[in-house]
Amino acid sequence: MNHLENKNTDGEGINASHKKENGLANLKYLIVGIFFGIVFVKAEIISWFRIQEMFNLESFFMYGVIGSAVAVGVISVFLIKKFNIKTLQGEKIEIQPKTFNKGQIYGGLMFGFGWAITGACPGPLFAQIGTGATVIVVTLLSAIAGTWFYGLIKDKLPH
Amino acid sequence: MSILEIIKEPWPWYVAGPLIGLTVPILLIIGNKSFGISSSLRHICAACIPANISFFKYDWKKESWNLFFVFGIFLGGFIAAHFLSNPNAVVITPELSEKLATYGITDHTGLVPAQLFSWESLLTLRGFIMIVVGGFLVGFGTRYAGGCTSGHAIMGLSNLQWPSLVATICFMIGGFVMALLILPYILSL
Repeated sequence: MNHLENKNTDGEGINASHKKENGLANLKYLIVGIFFGIVFVKAEIISWFRIQEMFNLESFFMYGVIGSAVAVGVISVFLIKKFNIKTLQGEKIEIQPKTFNKGQIYGGLMFGFGWAITGACPGPLFAQIGTGATVIVVTLLSAIAGTWFYGLIKDKLPH
Repeated sequence: MSILEIIKEPWPWYVAGPLIGLTVPILLIIGNKSFGISSSLRHICAACIPANISFFKYDWKKESWNLFFVFGIFLGGFIAAHFLSNPNAVVITPELSEKLATYGITDHTGLVPAQLFSWESLLTLRGFIMIVVGGFLVGFGTRYAGGCTSGHAIMGLSNLQWPSLVATICFMIGGFVMALLILPYILSL
């Protein structure tokens, strides 16, 4: 089996490493996650109010966050490809291309609805729970149920 | 002002945005991982409730890094809220403040407004829609779209993938339609 066959079919958040990592190696992702969660809270990106301001076009803040994040990401990926930068384990960095399907339109609109209602995408849900908003556990469980239900009826949906 | 005091202030977008963008090369370099968060929800399904559904039959353990990552986000939220928190209420624009006041939302002390998202409100129609229906749409929509803000809008656009641009535009259209046209009715419930 090709190592890329065990990926998410939609290619999001995938592990392209050929090497098997032990449990301890996973701690480094925990640390990056902690750093990321702190940024989420400190920049108030996980605030329901910030998301409302964004969708009401009342504040530049979230556009600045997403725009500058994408700019740094584009430059980073460009440099990685240009200089053929390897991973710390010496592997070639692989990023799976995205293939278009209608799900990106229908699913994208549905996620947009959910984003404006809850004021959170999946990442902020975890951070919100961490800040002590315990009821968001229900939102997270409902999001897991939504993912599960998608898996159940996937073949009947237009793609 | 001490460094800790500066950190406790809300961070401006030009600090937060680039730090989030840096997650893309950090994850690639430390382990060839593509940034994406909503896939963690799929791994949780695959690990806990696969129910013989083909979409959840894959080696989720290979993707367990993603579960460590989101657990880290949870811990980061805890650390920031308990040790680095800004003692003041979230500053919001006067326009939003005025609009929300008409729906009885006047408490801006938390990042998550307690008047909308609380165990008590869960039992009201408005709270149920906001907490349960909203969450369901996030989980269903992100997987149907094949990614969320991190997987498409940040990682996908960083790799100049046009399907991710389509997804990101649809996220925004959905958000505008909900926030401007539908949410006012939900908030009035």
